[in-house]
Amino acid sequence: MATIVPFGPQHPVLPEPLHLKLVLEDEIVKEALPTLGYVHRGLETLASIRDMDQMVQIVERVCGICSCIHAHTYCMCIEGLMGIEVPQRADFLRVIWSELHRMHSHLLWLGLLADAFGMESMFMHAWRIRERVMDVMEATAGNRVIISVNKIGGVRRDMSPEQLRWVLQVVDELETELDKIKAVLTNDYSVKKRTVGVGVLTYQQAYELGAAGPQLRGSGVAQDMRMTGYGAYKYIDFAPVVEKDGDSWARTMVRFRELYQSIDIVRQLIAKIPDGEIAAKVKGKPTGEIVCRSEQPRGELMYYVRATGDKYLDRVRIRTPTFANVPPLLAMLPGCEMADVPIIALSIDPCISCTER
Amino acid sequence: MAFETMNLVKGQLSSEVLALKNKGYRFVTMTCVDLGDSFDLLYHFDLDLKLTHLRLNVAKADRVVPSISGIYFAALVIENETQDHFGITFDGLALDFGGHFYLEEEVKKFPFCKFTVNKAESAGEGA
Repeated sequence: MATIVPFGPQHPVLPEPLHLKLVLEDEIVKEALPTLGYVHRGLETLASIRDMDQMVQIVERVCGICSCIHAHTYCMCIEGLMGIEVPQRADFLRVIWSELHRMHSHLLWLGLLADAFGMESMFMHAWRIRERVMDVMEATAGNRVIISVNKIGGVRRDMSPEQLRWVLQVVDELETELDKIKAVLTNDYSVKKRTVGVGVLTYQQAYELGAAGPQLRGSGVAQDMRMTGYGAYKYIDFAPVVEKDGDSWARTMVRFRELYQSIDIVRQLIAKIPDGEIAAKVKGKPTGEIVCRSEQPRGELMYYVRATGDKYLDRVRIRTPTFANVPPLLAMLPGCEMADVPIIALSIDPCISCTER
Repeated sequence: MAFETMNLVKGQLSSEVLALKNKGYRFVTMTCVDLGDSFDLLYHFDLDLKLTHLRLNVAKADRVVPSISGIYFAALVIENETQDHFGITFDGLALDFGGHFYLEEEVKKFPFCKFTVNKAESAGEGA
């Protein structure tokens, strides 16, 4: 006989409210149905009452964890519509801050996952290491989370040569710290017991269900929006991190390996960053419609902007990665045990603020 | 980047979407734009990091559109969201929240429409 058990919206492992209605037979999940709407703010409609410059601050607040990348992608849209050529140095700085965001997001997620399967020490180590990234953001941008460095045409702040050298020192320290927890994460019996073979998403499912980011790459699909070469990504050597098993372990490994990848990208960027201006002058109002994509820590982010030359934009549409990862989550859950639901839900690194906007 | 779209009429939507799926395209999302007396529905698909866009113009007087969730299950999320925000009905939606995906029952208007109507008034009438 089937039993329906509610999972969330308030649950110890969920930092944000997500409700799943789980249809169980004994301890096995047969079906999962989502309920959303607990943090829906309708931010896209603010485009009709806030001008294009104010919208930079609005889109940063879609999600705190990847605020920099939201603003970057939105600015790329407006710059594309207006034909603004962003100074090369600004492109490099944007991507340095974006990769710092990726690192702090992945470390935040790693701590939450470890907490979910009861590994308190890993939770504390991951968040302790994350604090070093937050220190860099505070020192270089003045804020820890919503750093507000992007503006249309470039960035608001520069980094001095001393700051760039210090960032290199910090990423060296981060690499050493990651090496210390790597052995525990990759070899621990409990971690593998809770994640290997749990919440499997096949290559075919990931592609057909429109999965994004580590969910897609954890199932063997080598797709990463950074491969399109937006911003300063076109100047660096880069290959997407891919795992083939499609389970919670594979998604964990993709994110953990991406931490090292971000460190490498930051080093490359700092080695190549050119001198020069950090912002172009912006005149006039945008006209036309455009789509821009970028890679958030959680996956592909897409912005659609339509403008008619008025003070306000006609439409801003934001498709966030967790929005795309809801259908894959519904496919991962059937067949799993009830006790594995928190791990599987966290393995997609859900961001409900992003999803509902 | 600025993009080109393939313009469709309702009857072509399902077959064109199915054709893209058979060619290996991944469904990215859909965008609904309120143009005043009609909506533009833009369907975005990806193949090898390149986007392809379909555009379907829907008159506000006839807000019923075939759902593509039978072809791409992933479309059910954005189709339900669009029902909430714009009052467009998707016929054959795989999992239909009836306009209450995000919004509570007490919400009586379509909040993303420039000129909105009460939900009770909207059935069978233009916006």
